[in-house]
Amino acid sequence: MPLILSEEQVQLQDSAKAFVADNWTVGELRKLRKDTGKGYPEALWQKAAELGWLAIPFAEEYGGLGLGFAELGVVLEELGRGLVVLPIVSSVVMGGGALRLGGTEEQKKTWLPKVCDGSAVLTLAAQETSRHDPYAVNTAAVRQGESYVLNGRKVLVPDGHAADAVIVVARTSGAAGDRSGLTLFLVDPAAAGVKVHRNLLLDSRVAANIELHDVKVGAGAVVGVVGQGAEILDQVLAEAAVALSADMLGVIQQTFDITLDYLKVREQFGAKIGSFQGLKHRAARWFCEKELSKSIVLQTLRALDDKADNALQLASICKARLSDTARLAGKEGVQMHGGIGVTDEHDIGLYMKHGRVSETLMGDAAFHRNRFAELKGY
Amino acid sequence: MADLDGFRTEIKGWLANNCPSTCQGKNSVLPEMVWGGRRQTWPHPDARLWFDRLVEKGFTVPTWPKEYGGSGLSPAENKVLQEEMSRIGTRSMLFNFGIAMLAPALMEFASEEQKRLHLNRIARGEIRWCQGYSEPGAGSDLASLRTRAVRDGDDYVVNGQKIWTSDANVSDWIFCLVRTDPEAPKHLGISFLLIDMASPGVSTSPIELISGSSPFCQTFFDNVRVPAAQRVHTENRGWDVAKALLNHERAMLADGGRGSASGGAARKSLLQVARQSLDAPEGRLPDAAMREELVQWEMDRICYEATLKRTMDAAKAGKGMGPEGSMFKLYLSEMNQRGSDLRQRMAGHEALVWTGDDCPADERQITREWLYGKASTILGGTSEIQLNIISKRVLGLPGD
Repeated sequence: MPLILSEEQVQLQDSAKAFVADNWTVGELRKLRKDTGKGYPEALWQKAAELGWLAIPFAEEYGGLGLGFAELGVVLEELGRGLVVLPIVSSVVMGGGALRLGGTEEQKKTWLPKVCDGSAVLTLAAQETSRHDPYAVNTAAVRQGESYVLNGRKVLVPDGHAADAVIVVARTSGAAGDRSGLTLFLVDPAAAGVKVHRNLLLDSRVAANIELHDVKVGAGAVVGVVGQGAEILDQVLAEAAVALSADMLGVIQQTFDITLDYLKVREQFGAKIGSFQGLKHRAARWFCEKELSKSIVLQTLRALDDKADNALQLASICKARLSDTARLAGKEGVQMHGGIGVTDEHDIGLYMKHGRVSETLMGDAAFHRNRFAELKGY
Repeated sequence: MADLDGFRTEIKGWLANNCPSTCQGKNSVLPEMVWGGRRQTWPHPDARLWFDRLVEKGFTVPTWPKEYGGSGLSPAENKVLQEEMSRIGTRSMLFNFGIAMLAPALMEFASEEQKRLHLNRIARGEIRWCQGYSEPGAGSDLASLRTRAVRDGDDYVVNGQKIWTSDANVSDWIFCLVRTDPEAPKHLGISFLLIDMASPGVSTSPIELISGSSPFCQTFFDNVRVPAAQRVHTENRGWDVAKALLNHERAMLADGGRGSASGGAARKSLLQVARQSLDAPEGRLPDAAMREELVQWEMDRICYEATLKRTMDAAKAGKGMGPEGSMFKLYLSEMNQRGSDLRQRMAGHEALVWTGDDCPADERQITREWLYGKASTILGGTSEIQLNIISKRVLGLPGD
């Protein structure tokens, strides 16, 4: 697969650029801080659905377009450039992805058409610990006759406050840290015993902590095979990591463009500050890191679509590299702007904040370096 | 396509009739590389025979025009030729600075007469070229060079000193930047001369590097008479030629870096070195910091390769990437250097031994590669010069 966009993908990119330009400014993020509802612009969500973006990775029989991550990545990159807040990663990639990979026919028929047309938002509740650790699951699911009873606490569930259904990772056997013994359950957040705490994140996105107190679900709520949830989880978390990488690629490029413009106009000591080697050499190095980041995102999106043998390795390389570059971009973007860079009035800080959240979600660079080495057997 | 099929048949036939069986397959008698020139030696007469036949067909430089010693093949035809040669395990061995750096500059700037003379000699492997650019006082600030060429009748008389002339002691001719107008602004008083190293007054002296090897020389010019007909391009406009040639040099260095110390396919991987020195033949590496560095290096390498592939895919689709060539030279040289530094540190105590009767050759090589690799971020324009080029030509930032 060539690492450049096809003609159709270029059209999709143009359409995504126009969507952002016509409907959004990053200043909206400041307003979202006061929002107490869904935490994202619902009118835009509807438009994104009408453009077919939420249907991209799903099969046509479930209302999808039958396209792939290469296409979804194009959209996520442009939305990342604009810092547009929409629950695409949570609903399409994580919640919808878990059902796509492991759901029963009935679960898919019930939920995927709604994910595709935007009438429902799904998400995945995996995390329990401060640092990303997918198998560190204490949430217990105990069989009682034909049902399961769930008890536990999930943290940082993306868009968990707005979800119509949550895929919960629970433990049906073994101990925290074991890869085996995990089972995924489709849980209604309105069910008795579910308590959702809405947390506004530092970049105006919203995540929820979810408590589960004796939550009863039927056997039909199991997604995939009991005790083998990690098979689905590994793949869906890798896909989410790559989706966030595409988002970060947009953030990194926009941060770079804004900063480069500033280096060309800001004057000190009677010269444009971009003429100083102390700044321009750093900008040139940042440019290199940005180009490498772009290449690995393109390669990994295509590897997911091709179901390549090394797709999980590439996903970890991709998330590690993009997390590192996002951190560099946030740091250099603010620093090169000087005093104005640390004011809330200037947008550059918004990019750094968004980058930090995407960098940390689904495992930071250190997590994915370790994961890569484990996959490689060292 | 039908044409290409016909061409393939023709090539197959020619190879069957002309390539000696001793020059095919794994145990072929071919040398790794033929640098050419007056001092060329042959490990086996069949290698010589095969080389002569390649020359006769213009297959040492297949895409060059026939009148300059090539075969005039299109890129698609050349691909067929390379595929067919590789199928029988043979190759055209000629590689040198003449082909990679000087020839593209001659094609762009030289007179028709100069092209016919010099390109043919390069194609036939008759002349080995070296590069006379840097001077003791003109490194990164190359344009401040002071080697003087003073016009005297039909000749220039050249006096001065060049440094870092790779393989000057085994080369036949040198392409050289000389100052022809000391009064003009520094970029506008330079000319590009082709000089026969056998001319009276030329001498060389090897430079021993920290790695113990001596791939570079100093080259001295003492009243060397050079016919003015050996000047390429207009007098005092040699900097145009120099810049074009530097681009070709960067491309050559980025293209897997024949100038870097990264060769040696048989050597151990970084992971193997780590496993050996940590005495950890399998499983998780017990040294967390070393493991982290190893992962980081391997990831960077994969991202770099993806970037090379992206550039080639864009080029194939007719969308060039432009002066980002500097990015590849910068990144590759630093990445290779980081790799050989890591390798040396991972090898531990044994890699500290320079010579001795109980010191494995592997470890000695690790240390020498680390030291040799120090040159890769300096030669062909230092990393800092590459950063200047990226910020100016790619990012459009103002000069200082």
